[in-house]
Amino acid sequence: MREAATPWERLRQMLLTIGPGAFWLGLFVLIPTLIMLVASLMSRGSLGQLVPPFGLHNYLRFFSDPLFVEIIGRSLWIGFWSTVFIMLLGYPLAFYIAQSRHKEVLLLLVVIPFFTNFLIRVYAWIVVFQKEGLLNGLITAFGFPPAELLPSTLAVYVATVYTYLPFFVLPLYAAVERIDWSQLEAAYDLGARPIRAFWEAIFPQTVPGLFAGFLLVFIPAVGTFVIADLLGGGKITLIGNLIQLQFGSAQNWAFGSAASMVLMAMVLLGLWLYARTQGERGLYKLV
Amino acid sequence: MKRLLSIHAWLVFAFLYLPIVVIVALSFNKSRFGVQFTGFTFDWYIRLFSNERILEYLTNTLIVAVVSTVVSTILGTLLAVGLVRYQFRLQTALRYLLYVPVVVPDVVMGISLLLLFDLVRDAIGWPRLSLFTIILAHISFQIAYVTLVVRARLMLLDPTLEEAAKDLGATPWLTFREVTLPLIMPGVVSGALLAFSLSLDDFVVTFFTAGPGSTTLPLYIYSSVKLGVSPEIHALSTLMVGITILVLLLGTLFWRKRA
Repeated sequence: MREAATPWERLRQMLLTIGPGAFWLGLFVLIPTLIMLVASLMSRGSLGQLVPPFGLHNYLRFFSDPLFVEIIGRSLWIGFWSTVFIMLLGYPLAFYIAQSRHKEVLLLLVVIPFFTNFLIRVYAWIVVFQKEGLLNGLITAFGFPPAELLPSTLAVYVATVYTYLPFFVLPLYAAVERIDWSQLEAAYDLGARPIRAFWEAIFPQTVPGLFAGFLLVFIPAVGTFVIADLLGGGKITLIGNLIQLQFGSAQNWAFGSAASMVLMAMVLLGLWLYARTQGERGLYKLV
Repeated sequence: MKRLLSIHAWLVFAFLYLPIVVIVALSFNKSRFGVQFTGFTFDWYIRLFSNERILEYLTNTLIVAVVSTVVSTILGTLLAVGLVRYQFRLQTALRYLLYVPVVVPDVVMGISLLLLFDLVRDAIGWPRLSLFTIILAHISFQIAYVTLVVRARLMLLDPTLEEAAKDLGATPWLTFREVTLPLIMPGVVSGALLAFSLSLDDFVVTFFTAGPGSTTLPLYIYSSVKLGVSPEIHALSTLMVGITILVLLLGTLFWRKRA
């Protein structure tokens, strides 16, 4: 292979390809994160602006007030259980799609809601759950009085499961597609019963896909504010809502930045644990 | 067992499509309230199109999506090429930086960009929160997705092809234009499509980086939903779902033809 003419030529090409993108990521991803870190150490001015003194007071306030600790707990709790429901719904579905003769059509049926505008998917559940909505229409048709289904935790759960289900099914489907089914036959040949054979021969092969799907669903489910905002009616505060509130009507950017840093730290901790078990390849597979 | 699996699958599909079907049906419903179907009408669509604002929001949404997709596709493709081809210090750091917009919750991304724009505006009086800042923000998360998609394609590339071009005396630029780029084109197109749909779909980052006069369709839907459900929004949603399905079908047919 002909070497690039000179080291300078090589450097020039490198800067031309990597330079603009790296510059952009530095300016609009790295620097904003650092600004957020600094802002989280500042205080709220009389107009809500960021002013000195610097200190850890926002974090101290965050972790000493049971209200905020409860918000974190609630976000993790709702995020976790939504993810569990999604896995229960999505895991068998991925197998069904992978074994179907109409794979492409079924995949398209999963991809359509995936690409449908996020707000429309949330909005649709308002239509189902609202006072004059579909569900109450059914309830009253059976002669029961209409129920107050909105705002409610149930609605937040259903919409979260609905919104992120395709995010789980797609990576898991990719894992199921790669399964080596001969291992199942081997397990049968060795006398394993169906459940045991599945558990020992097939399930372990889907674990990387499960992990990836879990993270892809859990992270946005914990961080979202729109679902709780629209379906929880301001009664269900998640960490995303707290952040939005601080940057909105509460006008406390310093405290909002601290809450953001906490959320980001939780995400990075989760990813770090994941990367330790799966390696960077695993991270890469996430996308 | 097979039977159970298929019952489960069709129940999940019913769950996935129930809300969409409800919205589509109600968008043609005569009655403004409730779910009783009282008759078929196009009124809500007519009313939607007579709302000049909607056209403005649609234009804003498309301007943001097109401009940000073009810029992020170019920057992301170049970045992917550079990352695969060169070894350099800080490469690992850059690779990890790429994952940040993908994994960090969008609310965090949104407020950190808001903080940046605010700081710069305080210092030099520019930029106002506007379509321009939305575009900057969208590019910032799109770049990561484009780079990762194109990089995946590049890693499948046979390096001897590029070497052959070089041995035949092609300049690096000619090699890139005539050999590398056509080979990775499917990746570039997928990356661009993904970037485009991410931009159309984005609400949260837009919410924090938009200013007066830069309302996009998702922002409009959000503010009207806060005021309550309306058949005009049913109609708008139905149109958007319809366009999504159309684009996906065309995309599938396109890829099938190529394959």
